[in-house]
Amino acid sequence: MMLDPLTLVLFAPLFGAVAAFVFPRAAAAVGLGAVLVTCGAVLWLAQQVLAAGAVTVALGGWEPPLGIALRADGLAVAMLAMTAVVGLLVSASALDALREARQQQYFWPLWLLLLTGMNGVYLGTDVFNLYVMIEVIALAAVGLTVLSGTREAVRAGLEYMYASILGALLFLLGVGFVYLQLGRLDFEGLNSAEPSGALSAALALMVIGLLLKTALFPLHFWLPAAHANATAPASALLSGLVVKAALYIFLRLSTYMPLPDEILITLIGTLGAGAVLWGGVQALRAERLKLLVAWSTVVQIGLIFIAFARAGQIGLTESWKAAALLILAHGVAKAAMFLAAGRIKDEVGHDVIRDLDRSSIRPTLAQFTFALAAISIIGLPPSLGFIGKWSLMEGAMAAGYWHWVAVTMIGTLLSVAYFSRVFAGFLRFDRMRGELAEHKGWAVADIAPLTLALAAISLGLMATPILSFLELGYPFGATP
Amino acid sequence: MTDTLTEMLTTLNGSLLSDAPLLPLFILLTSLLASPVLFALPESAARLRAGINLTVAALKVALVGWLGIKVGQGVVYDISFNMLPGLEFKLQADPLAILFVSLSAILWLVTTVYSVGYLERGPHRARFFGFFSLCVAATVGIAMAGNLFTFLIFYELLTLATYPLVIHKGSAEALRAGRIYLIYTLAGGLVLLLGTLGLWVLAGTTDFTPGGVLEDVVAENRLAAQALFVVLVGALGVKAALVPFHAWLPTAMVAPAPVSALLHAVAVVKAGAFGIMRVVYEVFGIETAQALGMTAPLAALAGVTIIYGSLRAITQDDIKKRLAYSTVSQVSYITLGVALASPIAAVGALAHLIHQGLMKITMFMAAGNLAEGLGVKKVSEMNGVGRAMPGTMLAFSAAALAMIGLPPLAGFVSKWYLAQGGLDAGAGWVIALLLGSSLLNAFYFLPMLYRAWFRDGTIEAPARPRIGWMLAAPPVATALMVLFVGGFANAPFSPLEWTRFVVAIEYQE
Repeated sequence: MMLDPLTLVLFAPLFGAVAAFVFPRAAAAVGLGAVLVTCGAVLWLAQQVLAAGAVTVALGGWEPPLGIALRADGLAVAMLAMTAVVGLLVSASALDALREARQQQYFWPLWLLLLTGMNGVYLGTDVFNLYVMIEVIALAAVGLTVLSGTREAVRAGLEYMYASILGALLFLLGVGFVYLQLGRLDFEGLNSAEPSGALSAALALMVIGLLLKTALFPLHFWLPAAHANATAPASALLSGLVVKAALYIFLRLSTYMPLPDEILITLIGTLGAGAVLWGGVQALRAERLKLLVAWSTVVQIGLIFIAFARAGQIGLTESWKAAALLILAHGVAKAAMFLAAGRIKDEVGHDVIRDLDRSSIRPTLAQFTFALAAISIIGLPPSLGFIGKWSLMEGAMAAGYWHWVAVTMIGTLLSVAYFSRVFAGFLRFDRMRGELAEHKGWAVADIAPLTLALAAISLGLMATPILSFLELGYPFGATP
Repeated sequence: MTDTLTEMLTTLNGSLLSDAPLLPLFILLTSLLASPVLFALPESAARLRAGINLTVAALKVALVGWLGIKVGQGVVYDISFNMLPGLEFKLQADPLAILFVSLSAILWLVTTVYSVGYLERGPHRARFFGFFSLCVAATVGIAMAGNLFTFLIFYELLTLATYPLVIHKGSAEALRAGRIYLIYTLAGGLVLLLGTLGLWVLAGTTDFTPGGVLEDVVAENRLAAQALFVVLVGALGVKAALVPFHAWLPTAMVAPAPVSALLHAVAVVKAGAFGIMRVVYEVFGIETAQALGMTAPLAALAGVTIIYGSLRAITQDDIKKRLAYSTVSQVSYITLGVALASPIAAVGALAHLIHQGLMKITMFMAAGNLAEGLGVKKVSEMNGVGRAMPGTMLAFSAAALAMIGLPPLAGFVSKWYLAQGGLDAGAGWVIALLLGSSLLNAFYFLPMLYRAWFRDGTIEAPARPRIGWMLAAPPVATALMVLFVGGFANAPFSPLEWTRFVVAIEYQE
């Protein structure tokens, strides 16, 4: 069999996971190697997609609906690239952040398994395979959550597992009904199916399962504790990447579904608005830094759904781009932010927000990184988050959906308010105990989060090429 | 993308020696690139830091001078690339931009000298100068933004870069002021984002064009255009400290003296006033704005702000607070001149953009020297300070008299043109307003001068105030500029002359 980048993207992390499990002493080296190979494969794939549009491969030569096909278009490759780059930098920081040998030993196989699942989701073309992949992701993600071994983490991990299993079951139930209806499970089949009430019901089940997994308000209950209590690299992966998998499937499904009607889209946007408001208020009340960051993920997920709903049914063929931009922006910025929060916690010794200003240790570079990431997450120019928010508001305004504009603006103000609580802790010096330790707090470990944060800011300047790349291969069936 | 890059590099190579089309970009990059270097320098490298600061600031003045000469010769600069389909990041160097860029470059140099002296042994100097540099870069970007979208980017950058400067002391009071500052300016920025989006959706462009871009929209949808005007000017009014959005400015005076000086003279309030100018002249066009019936209410609001700021200034005992309320009042002269919709008033407005900057920076630096050298922070403690620090107080006095509008000082020139413009626009009340305001100016500045020069000192002043030349010289230098721009208002390349050049373009004469 000829080697092709699609297969490599899927199997490099899979073999890496097995190898890291079998050779625990070399886990870190194997892991980094596998992630690097994946990065290379994604680059190769990007080149092919740039040259030829969407690329499709039938695994083992079996064509669907019998076999499994993998398809890469602009959106898929953009997600793959974001995942690979964020993954690489998080891996680099894990080398330093995970000090116990046991944590290293489990981290690498789990993370590579997670990467396999993520890549599988991006490339999958039939709903059963997507189900398998989200189960793989869930397994690895729960493992990563409990990696720190604290009691809170284990409790949060259990809750996460229940939610995850429930979500997957709902999804599987939907898949089953689809199969009963159509006798096939690939996207092509869904796309060409006659719309019917039963099919819509099956899709609705799948969507509810996905919303639970991506933690859209009010199904977000499991997220804050899980993301706040994991170790920093695990939090970065969970918040930056994992929730995006279900979100991505939702985006994909929305095109293959018989067009969702206006009421449904408004409902989804309303849930997003609920997330923005409720998550914002909770972030204002959060006592610990990592919990605040986790709540901001709930907010951002809501914002992405508002972007999806921004211009109603007619705007759907354009709105996915705004949602995709926000997904990419959040992936990069949130990973940076969690890593920076982890660095701050490591240096200061705790992450209680109101006591940050009592410490005489100020990890300056990590704090700076946190602020840079916050700029993208709040959506201030010229970051990618700003571009995403601009597209959201532009579409909503052009379509006359002023309520989405208003919610986005309120959400922005809330995010300024809760992040400025943290900045005050960084910049206040009159409650400090003891002398300020000058320039104590910067280390090699700050490089990975800083790189991510700078990327989140500067990618905004490259929004035009990113947008035209996203459209390669017509991800949303908008074939001319 | 590689093609564009190669193309850019070829253009760069080809014309670097002839007329450097990227000159505006270089000017932006001087302070933008200096900033990360300054952040990374260790706290102890004070000499190196001062060296870099002064070199870059001086380089910038030179580059801006070159740019000014080129633009005066009619060279057009235009740098742009697409950020979103159809939406450009665009830098241009039109005469109006030159006016503001020159002000920021020159005053940055002066303030840098002052800051190096002021913060000699203070904490967090690396952070301070890093953000200081970033703040100036943002001002330059605001000045040279070629469309409202680019303006917005730098407007927000300015907020982010000034926040750490405002709270530099790290005390509870500073943080409270910082929080108020952040709430006001970021909320203003958000509304500006809304307005920019609205402009983009309505007009399909956000370009700054003399005469405006909204003629068609006004014809189609008058109400939407009016709403857009209110949103944009309201958003910019936050930084320009128009009543009722002015409350952040007096609280922000907890910042260190050089920061206050910069904030009040070039950076924040001026960004707001400058933005109002751009919006009225080049988004709406002065005739369109007038036809919409929006200029008269704006002029009225500016008038209210002028009187209100002066009235509040009278009751302040804290020197910096008094100066802050005076800024609220004085900056609205600029808005007033724009809103009067007369070319003569416009000359006054533009000249005041420069003049107010020179006068106010002098006063803030002088106030900083009083606090540093004598520990004097209140008006009631100013008795006899003129004898203790004659140089500083002479500078302060010159600036104060100029503010009041004593001929032939800078403030007189702007007030003269504003008053003439008022007559020209048929708004006789402006004369009364300006007279009243000058009277109020005298009311809060003259007692300070009286105490300083004619009352005996009640506090134990040290025999020789401990301030170095880096603190003593800058206010004197800017005071000399105040004398010069007033006395030689008609000299070539004086602010007033350049102003006439700009107004000729905006009014398309």
